[in-house]
Amino acid sequence: MSEIREFVTFRLNQEFYGIDINNVENIEKVLPITRIPYTLNYVNGVINLRGIIVPVVDLRARFGLTPKPASDESRIIIVNVDDLKIGMLVDSSSEVLQISTDEIDDAPNVRKDVDNEFIKNIGKKNGRIIMLIDLYKVLNIEQHVE
Amino acid sequence: MHMDMSQYLEIFIDESKEHLQTMNEILLVLEKDVDNLSHLGEIFRIAHTIKGMSGTMGFTKVADLTHKMENLLDLVRNGEVKVTSYIVDVLFECFDALEEYIDNLEKNGSEGDLDSSALVKKLAVIADNKGDMTAGKSEPKKNEPIKNDIGEETFHIGLNDIESIIQTAFEINVKSYLIKVTLDEGCMLKAARAFIVFNTLERFGEIIRSYPQAEEIEDEKFDQSFEILYFTKLDEAYCKTELMRISEIKEVIVEPLEEMDYTAEQSLKDVEIDLEHVNEEIVKSGKDEAQNTKSDKGKTSKTVRVEIGRLDNLMNLVSELIIIKTRLEDLDTSQNRMVDQNSSNNMNEAIEYLERITTSLHDAVMKVRMVPVERTFNRFPRLVRDLSKDLGKNIKLFMSGEETEVDRTVIDEIGDPLIHLIRNSLDHGIESPAEREKAGKADTGFVALRAYPDGNTVVIEVEDDGKGINPEVIKKKAVEKRIITKETADIMTDKELINLLFEAGFSTVDKVTDLSGRGVGLDVVKSKIEAINGTVEVVSTLGQGSKFIIRLPLTLAIIQALMVNLNKEKFAIPLNNIKEITNIETRNITMVQDQEVVLYRNKTLPIIRMKHVLDIDQTKEELDEIIVVIVKKGDVEAGLVVDGLIGQQEIVIKSLGKYLTGIKAIAGATILGNGSVALIVDPNQLF
Repeated sequence: MSEIREFVTFRLNQEFYGIDINNVENIEKVLPITRIPYTLNYVNGVINLRGIIVPVVDLRARFGLTPKPASDESRIIIVNVDDLKIGMLVDSSSEVLQISTDEIDDAPNVRKDVDNEFIKNIGKKNGRIIMLIDLYKVLNIEQHVE
Repeated sequence: MHMDMSQYLEIFIDESKEHLQTMNEILLVLEKDVDNLSHLGEIFRIAHTIKGMSGTMGFTKVADLTHKMENLLDLVRNGEVKVTSYIVDVLFECFDALEEYIDNLEKNGSEGDLDSSALVKKLAVIADNKGDMTAGKSEPKKNEPIKNDIGEETFHIGLNDIESIIQTAFEINVKSYLIKVTLDEGCMLKAARAFIVFNTLERFGEIIRSYPQAEEIEDEKFDQSFEILYFTKLDEAYCKTELMRISEIKEVIVEPLEEMDYTAEQSLKDVEIDLEHVNEEIVKSGKDEAQNTKSDKGKTSKTVRVEIGRLDNLMNLVSELIIIKTRLEDLDTSQNRMVDQNSSNNMNEAIEYLERITTSLHDAVMKVRMVPVERTFNRFPRLVRDLSKDLGKNIKLFMSGEETEVDRTVIDEIGDPLIHLIRNSLDHGIESPAEREKAGKADTGFVALRAYPDGNTVVIEVEDDGKGINPEVIKKKAVEKRIITKETADIMTDKELINLLFEAGFSTVDKVTDLSGRGVGLDVVKSKIEAINGTVEVVSTLGQGSKFIIRLPLTLAIIQALMVNLNKEKFAIPLNNIKEITNIETRNITMVQDQEVVLYRNKTLPIIRMKHVLDIDQTKEELDEIIVVIVKKGDVEAGLVVDGLIGQQEIVIKSLGKYLTGIKAIAGATILGNGSVALIVDPNQLF
């Protein structure tokens, strides 16, 4: 039985990634980020999301890509994992894709520039490839909440 | 069933705690005034209430224990058993067990494994030995069921042993009925319904017994129906209509008992029923276990009981906010049409109004979160009682200022440190009666617990009239334990030495006692209090006693802070940590043991470079004169070097959340007027 799942997609460099829509709270334009001293390199800092302090993870840094200043296109995707609200800074994010479970495969072990464990599945839609990420691993939830 | 109960759990816990608290207080009074039966009545009432509530909620352990307490208390109340200190002790034990059950319920949603059967036995033994009347009341009666000829209903109530009573009833023209009440299938709170039925019936007559027994009904150990043997002067039809008025009742059958009706028969049936009963119980206990395993899900959230007046006030303020919002909107549209003096005046007026409301609103919200320290204090009389008994010392506890209010979050944190300090005073502070006599003191020692507001803080003092703290002993120990060197020790003042007590790894007592030898030192007290932005210090006069002084912020949520610049970043330093701000010439800074220090007001002041602490680019050229914010932690001071001062500001503390924990030197974050986030420095972590 195939069913349709929905993913919020975002871009880093020229690659497209997807997050299960159930984990996504909203998508924000880039807000001023306050640096936090002595955190892991991919933690950008915190933002004020309508009165709530939300940590922001720079996905470029997390994926080991070359740093790039935020542009007009950059977005902070606010995700909710295990009751934690976390922002993810990405190059751009625009659409929600519906992908049939038939079109979702296990991640092949071929990518080199992105740590493989971050990619859970590969989704295909209209000839495009969407890498579906594992939020737990990408956000390193286990290590942060010990 | 349990899903639906969860919504009542919080209320249940809150109320049980309140009742237990009252029980604790009364027990303490009772102990000194054992002959006063009114106290017993009160405890009886509480046990009864808790029994009822826990039965309804299905907490069988609590219900069982309170039921047994009730039995005993009833005897005592009726003068059949005399109160002795042993009984009071047992009641205290019951109280402890109940408290543990409730605690477990609060923490993980189940009563826990505590086994109170020994306690129940104790209660039963007291009841049996001292009161002859007990057997009839507390022991299960033999249930010899009868089969009723009328209709198809079978009643299970045994009547054999009370033939004579029924007979007497007939003689004095009181009618006896067997009543069978069947509840709706969907009835949620069966025990509660049953309770209402019982109550209703008791208004017009007397319930002689029931099947299942009352306690089992309260424990909800019945299917859809239960039976009652009832004496009344009312007629059958009236009873029936009265009962049918109660909602969720499906059926009521009222059978009048004829004189010869109660002849016993059918022991076979009896066995059958008993087996059924046993099966039921097995199923039930199985269920209980299943619930225990998934217990960690059921944690309850923190609640605050709020006086309704405070909420009303809050509501009023919010409605005013809405009014001012509309007014500002109006102004906005009129401003678009014409810009004149008048409208800008209106605007200012509106803003002032808005300011006033937000200030009041802030106050009101703070008040909602405030609870009296009584909540923490009220467990201490018991603590002192038990400990002084154990220690063989005569100790009196004085408490004052219980009504002083602090934020709910503060209350939760302060309990353990206070227990520790009180234990400390009892164990190490106050001497044994013999020692006291030798020192020429009254043989009863005292511990005073005081709370009072002091400006923006609340002070809590724990004072005793014990032997005080000997700085020389501390000095010796500290050097022995290598907390300080001999050289340092020699130049330290007595006050400084005494405050070494708070250093990690310091404990002056060689003999490990049950009370204080738990491997937890005063350093834990200190770190706990500092974690909530408070301070603790000790003053002591040798031979006369010691006083621990705790200062706590009124609330954790909103504080006054000094905003400072470091390069372009802004940081907040809590004002209550700041002693003063000064300029220091860099050439006066010298290095002592890898630490920059400066001589300031004849004291060496360690200098802490905030840019270094906060990992900020330090390449900017050093000025001749630097701005130093002097912060204090107890008696210790340090100078924090900052780039610039922005000013004092009231800030709302926000947590950085679970994702970013253990960030060094940062206490949290706050949102500034322009919407950006500034971090709050925690000076206590700096040195």
